[in-house]
Amino acid sequence: MFDTLSDRLSGVFDKLRKQASLNEKDVDTAMREVRRALLEADVALPVARDFIAKVREKAVGQDVVKSVTPGQMVVKIVHDHLVEMLGAESVGIDLAAAPPVPILMVGLQGSGKTTSTAKLAARFQKRERKKVLMASLDVQRPAAQEQLRVLGEQTGVATLPIVAGQMPVDIAKRAMEAAKLGSYDIVMLDTAGRTHVDEALMSEVAVIREASKPHETLLVADSLTGQDAVNVAQRFNERVPLTGIVLTRIDGDGRGGAALSMRAVTGCPIKAIGVGEKIEDLEDFHPERIAGRILGMGDVVSLVEKASEHVELEKAEKLVKKMEKGTFDLEDLADQLAQMRKMGGVQGLLGMLPGVGKMKNQMAAAGLDDKLIKRQEAIVSSMTPEERRKPKLLNGSRKRRVAAGSGTTVPEVNRLLKMHRQMSDMMKKAGKKGGKGMLGGMPGLPGGAALPPGMQLPPGMNLPSGVNAPGGLPPLPPGFLPGGKK
Amino acid sequence: MKRFGWRKNRPQSGQDVLPGEDHAPPAPLPGESLPEDPAPTEAAPVAARAETSLAAQEPPAPEKKGWFSRLKSGLSRSTGALSEGVSGIFTRARLDQERLDELEDVLIQADLGVDVAMEITEALASERFDKEISPQEVREFLAGHIADILEPVAAPLRIERDRDEPFVILVVGVNGTGKTTTIGKLGNWLQGEGYRVMLGAGDTFRAAAIEQLQIWGERLNVPVIAREPGADAAGLAYDAVEKAREAGADVLLIDTAGRLQNKSGLMDELRKIKRVLGKLDADAPHAVLLVLDATTGQNAISQVEVFQEVAGITGLVMTKLDGTARGGILVAVARKFDLPIHAIGIGEGIGDLRPFDAQQFAQALTGAEAAGE
Repeated sequence: MFDTLSDRLSGVFDKLRKQASLNEKDVDTAMREVRRALLEADVALPVARDFIAKVREKAVGQDVVKSVTPGQMVVKIVHDHLVEMLGAESVGIDLAAAPPVPILMVGLQGSGKTTSTAKLAARFQKRERKKVLMASLDVQRPAAQEQLRVLGEQTGVATLPIVAGQMPVDIAKRAMEAAKLGSYDIVMLDTAGRTHVDEALMSEVAVIREASKPHETLLVADSLTGQDAVNVAQRFNERVPLTGIVLTRIDGDGRGGAALSMRAVTGCPIKAIGVGEKIEDLEDFHPERIAGRILGMGDVVSLVEKASEHVELEKAEKLVKKMEKGTFDLEDLADQLAQMRKMGGVQGLLGMLPGVGKMKNQMAAAGLDDKLIKRQEAIVSSMTPEERRKPKLLNGSRKRRVAAGSGTTVPEVNRLLKMHRQMSDMMKKAGKKGGKGMLGGMPGLPGGAALPPGMQLPPGMNLPSGVNAPGGLPPLPPGFLPGGKK
Repeated sequence: MKRFGWRKNRPQSGQDVLPGEDHAPPAPLPGESLPEDPAPTEAAPVAARAETSLAAQEPPAPEKKGWFSRLKSGLSRSTGALSEGVSGIFTRARLDQERLDELEDVLIQADLGVDVAMEITEALASERFDKEISPQEVREFLAGHIADILEPVAAPLRIERDRDEPFVILVVGVNGTGKTTTIGKLGNWLQGEGYRVMLGAGDTFRAAAIEQLQIWGERLNVPVIAREPGADAAGLAYDAVEKAREAGADVLLIDTAGRLQNKSGLMDELRKIKRVLGKLDADAPHAVLLVLDATTGQNAISQVEVFQEVAGITGLVMTKLDGTARGGILVAVARKFDLPIHAIGIGEGIGDLRPFDAQQFAQALTGAEAAGE
């Protein structure tokens, strides 16, 4: 079984010869896999169908960038379109209205309305310095009003005093009244969870909307939702026109296809995502992340972020210059190895990269793991500074010394040196090409942007060539090499 | 015992619970079931914390209907679409690949998942490919096949009666699936069967979760063992078993905080709860129920997998089948795991819990039964 779309597509395209452009037959083959990936990620079928039709149109006849496999090319097209559909620009919650600004929270039972209400309120209060009032209109679930009150206490956000027996519409009116009198900026109206086919409750929420005239009506939806996502979004949107979606439980291991379904059906942007149980666990929506997840492509964006966190930019720029001059020495290699380890080691990095599932297996088979990196670091640190700058100095006796000093063997030292030679050769080439060819668009990055200089995977990723991976490795995903931008 | 307001008609040992329509409890309407006096405090240290005003916010009493008709009306909204889909595809025509693909799509839309959908269409193809087939025949085939998958796992929750210790049921699941509500309904049911029920408010994390369970306790007029919010859930569970023992309760239902199955810290906590329960009674918990939300898609598989590994779940309850969600994931779950499915939730009312019946579920899901009428 294939785990990810990338793996699946590389499986499909392994059989194909390299072509200059994508022909119809290849694209159709690929689209079957894309369809399956979307459905397994819980993208609703009508949405998936529509999506496929559009992507197919885009993909047929598309030129394949050199040194990219057709499979990778398709993944990139699919991914870019997915990002576009999810909403390329992130849209925040609009608070630009005469205060008090009412925000209505609606959704199914258990989707996370109350928690999201409190999270949003806390964020408005802390970040936007707004005075926020929360009111629970949930008279259905036992202790729901109490839940919001407790959350208000915990976060220091005011809640409307609970009046037992009051009907939701009256609570909404009272909340608006209290907000005006108390000169609040924002009123968050948390409603009871309701099934979209429950006519009584759906008309109730419509009446609440009439009474409170919300500036934003947010549908709170569980990212683990299946095919039903379209029905939910559509029916809610019909009864209470939505202005945005809050997607919860993104921190689960669901694939999040519901995001695409709901976005496609309502046309509403996803305005926030819930990423944990704590009050501060609320984030802006990044379409690339969900896109990567839906396609099972790993979280490329997180990888890039992680990389830039751990890699000092200065060092990176120095390296790019060295690459261009072709003076990448063993000292630099040691840096690369250290950085790789910091970023979570080989396995950690590979897990985040798209299209490497297959490579991962081969690497494991070749014994390329974090231990190897450590050994290689040991080899380099057993060399004198001079040897690191000029690897050619390493003759037989020096190699024996290095091997003994690092607890390795001479063949291992040789392999490291060979790897370094190959890497510096590649880097020279890459440096000259400057962004073309091997540096073509990275699947998973919007707009095919090349990786920032801080992204120094390539040296590490080339390691297997030095360890005699059986059967060789598949072509490196494009964008694996740093630099690129001039 | 009487002071707890428990019923005296204890059933014979080894009796099944949630057996079927005949045994449905003469449930008082939720509106009428408010206890006159609050739960006694000696058995519930922090019980009756919730103000009675909260308890007063009961949902209006649902109209009484036969349970199958309610299941059907719950499921039929989803079923409607499924059977419409099926009718739309087959108006007595030759079964060709295109039609099979469409049928597969219909099944996928019911959340059966790609693999199970393919398996079923392939089974249909192997029997009827290139032959004339009517929509009704397709529906019957689907219902039959789905029932075949579900039949082996449709099993009532068994409460062992030949024991002196309370039968401890731990209820687990991800956030918002309906654990607490299910406990309320399950408690009502068990009570109707004559068991003396006690509740343990093990969700010490979510705001007002304890109060929520206490209100259920008041509705059922059973003691709720609780501690202050933020208390150790395992410690609470231990307390609850002790109290249930002292009071001679038959069944103890322990609520837990919702947790996503990929949060290892929270899953460790669940392990601890289970371990601690075993200290007082080596066999406890006697049942671990995973509550699944019918709107959940393919992630339900991962939920079952991980919760089974961590908490050793013994059975499933599926909630929220009163929406348009088809709960087809249950078929995929049944296909993959050998776990009993005990009951389904079809509403927020106290009586909206039904035993799981494979035939009826399959028929309602495919619309076969409706068309046969």
